[in-house]
Amino acid sequence: MTTANTAMPETVLAPEEAHWGRVRASRRIADRSLKLICTAFTVLGVFVLGWILLMLLFEGITALSPAIFTQVTPGPGTAGGGLANAIVGSILLTFLGIAIATPIGILAGTYLAEYARTSKLAALIRFINDVLLSAPSILIGLFVYTFAVAPLGSYSGWAGSIALAIIAVPVIVRTTEDMLRLVPSGLREAAAALGAPTSRVVTLVTWRAAKAGIVTGLVLATARIAGETAPLLFTAFNNNFWFNTNLMGGVSNLPVTIYQFALSPYGNWQQLAWAGAFLITITILGLSILARYVINKDNAR
Amino acid sequence: MITAIEPTQVRTPAPVPTSGPAPVAAAAKPEPVRIACRNVDFYYGDFHGLKSINLDFRDRQVTALIGPSGCGKSTLLRTFNRIYSLYPEQRATGEIILDGRNILAASTDVNELRSRVGMVFQKPTPFPMSIYDNVAFGIRLNQRIGRAEMDVRVEEALRKAALWTEVKDKLRQSGMGLSGGQQQRLCIARTIAQKPEVILLDEPTSALDPISTGKVEELIDQLKSEFTIVIVTHNMQQAARISQYTAFMYLGEVIEFGPTNQIFMTPTKKQTHDYVTGRFG
Ligand SMILES: Nc1ncnc2c1ncn2[C@@H]1O[C@H](COP(=O)(O)OP(=O)(O)O)[C@@H](O)[C@H]1O
Ligand SMILES: [Mg+2]
Repeated sequence: MTTANTAMPETVLAPEEAHWGRVRASRRIADRSLKLICTAFTVLGVFVLGWILLMLLFEGITALSPAIFTQVTPGPGTAGGGLANAIVGSILLTFLGIAIATPIGILAGTYLAEYARTSKLAALIRFINDVLLSAPSILIGLFVYTFAVAPLGSYSGWAGSIALAIIAVPVIVRTTEDMLRLVPSGLREAAAALGAPTSRVVTLVTWRAAKAGIVTGLVLATARIAGETAPLLFTAFNNNFWFNTNLMGGVSNLPVTIYQFALSPYGNWQQLAWAGAFLITITILGLSILARYVINKDNAR
Repeated sequence: MITAIEPTQVRTPAPVPTSGPAPVAAAAKPEPVRIACRNVDFYYGDFHGLKSINLDFRDRQVTALIGPSGCGKSTLLRTFNRIYSLYPEQRATGEIILDGRNILAASTDVNELRSRVGMVFQKPTPFPMSIYDNVAFGIRLNQRIGRAEMDVRVEEALRKAALWTEVKDKLRQSGMGLSGGQQQRLCIARTIAQKPEVILLDEPTSALDPISTGKVEELIDQLKSEFTIVIVTHNMQQAARISQYTAFMYLGEVIEFGPTNQIFMTPTKKQTHDYVTGRFG
């Protein structure tokens, strides 16, 4: 050991001979300051986000009570109350929205990835999908209002679900196409080489190979629409009662309830808004963790 | 297109012994021809990948396609099951006769063709499903058979692929969990389960370790009693070990074709000689 440490090869240059210190000091300062600026802004971002989350956690948890889950939203000036109708309404609208969007999104994504890959039509659809992906959601709410609310003369859960579906479809199309494109073409060739027509290749092999990714896309789309407020303002709107089974005449839901209650002068409404925001945030967090879990489980295989 | 073909014919003025009984010196009666290529040209878009290929593949024999990488071995193999037609920009002209029918004709049902001409790829491609379902995949495409009969077919295919003893206790487990060599034998089992007539193998052992390679080579030797086999290999020892006929390809053309012994011992073309003796540029 000691011999190895002391045995310096004779060819090693002395430090002054080896031209150390060739990098100019100004270079090093520029390097360090960029790192410092990046770090500072990261800390700023994390700080603001953390503040919002902490405030939400604190206010949300203090506002939480069993009544939130058992009582309906209170009318103006009424004491107490809960969010039960809004929670159930939100789950219903989100579920319906995803149920409408899933077949459309998966089939359209499959068309783009498996059938139309390089066609002009596919390029056009992809472009429109990207526009839709970034369209302001209030626009989608207004659009659905003009054809599903105004003609019927009534807000409805159906209109709300359609608006949410329109927001979810481009997300699902995009993830489905991306995940199918990740499936190696060798797998498709192998299935085709056994005499499988394209329909069988897609349904039996590529969908299966991309399953985890597609499911993740669905979960993320659910998370995306679970907290949407703007499209529901013009479509499902809101009320303080349990909804009719035919979903006509407005369906209470968390986002619009939060929006209305948070802006109100009543203390108990503001409390309920905090509780609702807390519930939505936890739900979205849970869905994101679920999405990661699905992907990781698949990678581990 | 015509101008592209002509230089080919100029290049190989001596008739390449591709058809008729001529190439077989030892056997008096050569086996019947199973696949016959007649002036096959292949295009990847504008790129002329195969130039006027004329070759005969004999029934229940192993024919090896050898040549430097990029010479068109895979391209030629991929015409026999028309797998290239998955890609709209790829096309083949000429005739490939399988059992009296030109499979390049537009009227060919490619899915029926592919159930008769199986293919095993360089990289093992197990489907994301159980070992059992992998093997049953091809059978289920074309036949409705009962559970018991399917069990028999799956076992038979796995036995022929020399994989049965290794997987018989885990047929319900995913095929992706097997080793590379096992995955490749699973792919062979999946192919022979369909009872094809021809099996195409594209460098089936290049991703495998020597022991798995030995198993697959042994397997190919056994399979030739039942199937007509075309194998692409860049390993000349492998070609010499397992094939009865060998075609040497270079730059999209067949330079020389004949019984494997003759190609390796007494090649008539200088390029062939240089390649099989390892002196190729
Ligand atoms: N999909 C493709 N598109 C365009 N050119 C291709 C494609 N696949 C192969 N080629 C070209 O065709 C020639 C023959 O390729 P290939 O048949 O794969 O050679 P190999 O003898 O190594 O199997 C090569 O020059 C290759 O670059
Ligand atoms: Mg190849």
